[in-house]
Amino acid sequence: MNTLTLAVELAHWQQTTIRAVVGLVAVLLPAGTLVYLFLFKMMSFMQSRLGPMEAGPYGSLQLLAEVGKFLQKEDIVPENADRIVFKAAPFVVLVSTFLLVLVIPGGPDLMFIDVDTGIFLALAVSSISVIGILMAGWASASKYSLLGALRATGQLIAYELPLVLAVMGVVIQAGTLNMQGIVMAQAEGEIFGFGGIGSPFIITQFLGFAIFLIAVQAELTQPPFDMPIAESELVTGYLTEYSGMRFLMFFIGEFATAGIFSALAATLFLGGWYVPGLDPTDNLFNVIGPMVLLGKIVLVAFLIFWFRFTYPRFREDQLQTLAWKVLIPLSLANIIATGVLKVVF
Amino acid sequence: MTDTQQIAYIAAQAADARVNVELETEGMTLNIGPQHPATHGTLRIIVRLDGERVVAAEPVMGYMHRGYEKLAEVRTYPQVTTLVNRIDWLGSFANEVPFILAAERLMEVEAPPRARWIRTALFELSRIANVILFLGDMAVQLGAVTPVFFAFRDREFVLNQIEAVTGGRFHPNFDRIGGLKDDLPKGWIEETRGVLARIRTFCDEMEDLVAGNEIFEARTRNIGVVPADIGLAYGLSGANIRASGVDWDLRRDSDMGLAHRELDWKVWTHPDGDSFARYWVRLQEVREACTIVEQCLDGIPSGPVMAKVPRIIKVPAGEAYVETENPLGVMGYYIVSKGELVPYRVKIRSASFNNVSITPWLLEGVYVPDVISILASPYFILGDIDR
Repeated sequence: MNTLTLAVELAHWQQTTIRAVVGLVAVLLPAGTLVYLFLFKMMSFMQSRLGPMEAGPYGSLQLLAEVGKFLQKEDIVPENADRIVFKAAPFVVLVSTFLLVLVIPGGPDLMFIDVDTGIFLALAVSSISVIGILMAGWASASKYSLLGALRATGQLIAYELPLVLAVMGVVIQAGTLNMQGIVMAQAEGEIFGFGGIGSPFIITQFLGFAIFLIAVQAELTQPPFDMPIAESELVTGYLTEYSGMRFLMFFIGEFATAGIFSALAATLFLGGWYVPGLDPTDNLFNVIGPMVLLGKIVLVAFLIFWFRFTYPRFREDQLQTLAWKVLIPLSLANIIATGVLKVVF
Repeated sequence: MTDTQQIAYIAAQAADARVNVELETEGMTLNIGPQHPATHGTLRIIVRLDGERVVAAEPVMGYMHRGYEKLAEVRTYPQVTTLVNRIDWLGSFANEVPFILAAERLMEVEAPPRARWIRTALFELSRIANVILFLGDMAVQLGAVTPVFFAFRDREFVLNQIEAVTGGRFHPNFDRIGGLKDDLPKGWIEETRGVLARIRTFCDEMEDLVAGNEIFEARTRNIGVVPADIGLAYGLSGANIRASGVDWDLRRDSDMGLAHRELDWKVWTHPDGDSFARYWVRLQEVREACTIVEQCLDGIPSGPVMAKVPRIIKVPAGEAYVETENPLGVMGYYIVSKGELVPYRVKIRSASFNNVSITPWLLEGVYVPDVISILASPYFILGDIDR
């Protein structure tokens, strides 16, 4: 792929600055959108209340108010905590979020890096957050935190597998691990000779999509898979001892990761930045692509948050049973079926 | 090597081998509470954990003890209702009733029929206000936040009706020896019918959203099973014992002095005795309470709401024990009077105290996540445990 050619040639430091700013926006904008749209507003409407209404029109500035509040709070470190590890943990969690955003294409030429094993890289770096969570739980010197961190680790390891296996079907169908290639395969694909809407893999890989969403829900430690933070049992699990800015970083990490996993799902199953009916190589997509992607992110995230606000949580053993006895066999069957059909057609 | 040395050597080897075979892990003591999101109050439970498995659990009560039994000894009889309102704060009108009935029995006065019927209606309304919060709260304990907001939303309508009659949402202080403070306000009966229809809808919603949810069932079925004999031995009452299959309800089985026996309603039981059964029985009881209130509204007789009692109430010497089927279970007052303005001694039997006493037996050997679903299902209110 070509790198984006600009009218003016920029110096290296200028390019780096732009990349850093765009990276921040790419992580924070979906996160903020999801928090406001779903956590503040949709959740409130589902629970027959208004949600934030005071800050700005329909409470749209509530996010800024919340961030301001968290920044003012004291950054408390428990006396027995392992100070360095305790302080570093939120950054480790955020690192995985920022690494994830690297591979997601926002248009035919819009992406941070173009690697041939893009989806593989994304699934690999998504596991880094576990290290951060384990660090937080261990360094807090609190029993609740430790229990929460151990639960988180067990859960994330168990659900990594269905996550990867669900993506396998898409990779087999697209014939590439490259994210841009997967989008192109969907844009140029045909369903039984009909190419009007391309071939979004959600139609052929619906099982994979469902398994992917369930596994993402577990990766995000959201209800019904929120055993690690289960506030009625473990107070808030590994977050218990955090306050102020460091808590905010965990919070941003959670929702930014939700946004980026939604972006992954949108790219893998819904055609990413592509809109049916247009030429996928059109330069127009470099402009509207990110917005199309954001729209699809919101669609996928709606599903994730809908489950989050409706379901009670699983117990640890039920959660493992679901992963090992249901999701993994199902996704293996999906891979076999996809492989056979790929050979037949 | 001498024999002794050889034996010592073998023993040491054996000890090492044993350690290697079964890695001995250290237990952990976890304090759940007194400040913990799951205890909605200040209950403390000390659990000894082995991994996530509970070895032993001990509830520690008394963090909310307010000494109502002692305080009642220095208050005149009409003043005591103010105190007892605050025992089970979610169904507060129901707390007044057994005390007033006990005092009436000592004084040998009887409330006029109209007062009895209105008492019954308010008694059941406070049951609805109390139990629908449980129906939502149980889901919160299991991680689903939405149902409790529905519960709070619809409880508000019930509280409005209670407020319209008594003037107090939480602490009505409305029951008097010999009847009621006031008659019903105009239009109340029609309005209450509308509220009952809402509560019925709420029950259907909860049946869909919570009781019919696969995860909820997986979390509560066969969890915290209380066999009927164990439950009776620990003195469980109310919906907890009916969920174990014991068909026992004071509203039907004894003459509480309210109008229940003149009405047509059903006592629900469930054979399983697990957390799900306790939830299900309470859900049915809310529906049944709606039926009872509706029949009360239809059949309230006319007449005065107050019997003739002296302005300054002196209760003749003697003792009386009256128990009623309150929202949380059996609640009883044992009053000893020496013929003065104030009671000589008041002993309160509150349901939650007994309901929580079964927790050590229930929690042994379960996993930490089940601790919460088991603690939530017998439905205790901290004020009702500690008085």
